[in-house]
Amino acid sequence: MPFKRILIANRGEIALRIIRTCKEMGIGTIAVYSDADKDSLPVKIADHAVHIGPALSYKSYLNLDRIMAAIKEAKADAVHPGYGFLSENADFAKACEEAGITFIGPSAQCIARAGNKSSARQALMALGIPVIPGSEDILTSPDMACALAETVGFPVILKASGGGGGRGMRIAHTPEELREAFSMASGEAKAAFGNPDIYLEKYITNPRHIEIQILGDTFGHYVHLAERECSIQKRYQKLIEEAPSSFVDEDLRAALGNTAVTIARAMGYTNAGTIEFLVDKDKKFYFMEVNARVQVEHPVTEMITGIDIVRQQILIAAGQKLTLKQEDIVPKGWAMECRINASDPDDNFMPCPGRIESIVFPGGPGVRIDTHIHDGYMVGPFYDSLIGKLIVWDQDRPSAIRRMKRALDEFDIKGIQTTIPFFRKIFLNKNFQKGDIDTHFLDNL
Amino acid sequence: MGDKIYEVLSPVMGTFYRASAPDNPPLVEVGQKIKASDMLCVIESMKIFTELRSEYGGVVKDILVENEDPVMKKQALMIIEKE
Repeated sequence: MPFKRILIANRGEIALRIIRTCKEMGIGTIAVYSDADKDSLPVKIADHAVHIGPALSYKSYLNLDRIMAAIKEAKADAVHPGYGFLSENADFAKACEEAGITFIGPSAQCIARAGNKSSARQALMALGIPVIPGSEDILTSPDMACALAETVGFPVILKASGGGGGRGMRIAHTPEELREAFSMASGEAKAAFGNPDIYLEKYITNPRHIEIQILGDTFGHYVHLAERECSIQKRYQKLIEEAPSSFVDEDLRAALGNTAVTIARAMGYTNAGTIEFLVDKDKKFYFMEVNARVQVEHPVTEMITGIDIVRQQILIAAGQKLTLKQEDIVPKGWAMECRINASDPDDNFMPCPGRIESIVFPGGPGVRIDTHIHDGYMVGPFYDSLIGKLIVWDQDRPSAIRRMKRALDEFDIKGIQTTIPFFRKIFLNKNFQKGDIDTHFLDNL
Repeated sequence: MGDKIYEVLSPVMGTFYRASAPDNPPLVEVGQKIKASDMLCVIESMKIFTELRSEYGGVVKDILVENEDPVMKKQALMIIEKE
């Protein structure tokens, strides 16, 4: 057994997802919880649970000292950070390293390298990896942002240095818009990641968001697990992901995969990670960023490769050699994921916290649901609106679409608004069915 | 509720913030004169930040909740006396 007890420094569906693999591996599990989550499913299912404070994230799930105290109290020998919260916080990884706790993810140094997106960009430009034109510097003022925007040309996009997932991102078409966007983007970045730093890039119109899942062990062995197509987004938040991408042919897959592995190797990256690219209509691709964590959408890759990514993370963190070889990784069939959010599609996806009265989950062949919600569950306003993920697998894309449609029809959540009715419409859209999508697909509906 | 009084309501269940960013000063204080469309407060719900702006010019008569307090949908947050 690689570890005796893993503490999961997260909540919700991803905490549950990690606990499930730990149980299958015979590893003890410790959940942490805020006041808002004391009755949650991860807390019930884990072997032990430790209270870490009030509902507000910065007082609990983002509170490094509280989490470190919980690790000590529970005598964990490893910690899995999940995604969001402290998952890409180099200080957290460093604190674990110093305390002799295995951090299931890249090294602190590597997280810092990946997280400092401006220096990551510079290093990769030096390697000849194509990047999006933009600033390599943290923006210190709206004036500085405006000056840089004039250099690369409007429109531009502001992004958080400390994280991904669309938080802290704002597009600006004019200097006036940029000034207004500046403080909100910085505020959102601070609230979501505890780091207000933002940077700026030229905004590429009508691109596809395509990303490559990689695994790297501590012996310098790397593989990629093919691509995920994540172009269906609203407010820079992914809503539907699929693997593979209907836009990616064998040549592009090899080019993206090799580039992703080159980037990971150059960074000395270990564990699971995702290299995100923007791909334009001529299949020219640009490196966007490295996500130094397990991704929300990792299940679609698991479904087409048969590889449990969380299990691989644990084995790599325990110092084991990757036994997977690139030639053994042959994606099979088609997987799609819908993010079930507590938000109202009829009201510009406004958050919709509230109590769930009842749920009927879909099932049957090729259907997977990763969720922590249940009848009577209170979806509070304190955390992300993601309340679950519906994932389907089938032989090919048209079959996967049909399967997703029937699973969405079975899925019934009463008590709060969710994105389910919205997905039912998208899966009927002719352009979506043809795979004719880009990151503006939803804006242009 | 008289014609001169305007209640600012929360559009969503969330957390009430008096400043637009954690290190910034409060957007408004009691007694302060404001213009229509001035930003009054921010509500965070599920990591989405919504700026609340005044529909009218006037004076902030009262702020009914504390910074970082949880608020319900349609809960009154501030009282504005219209000009």
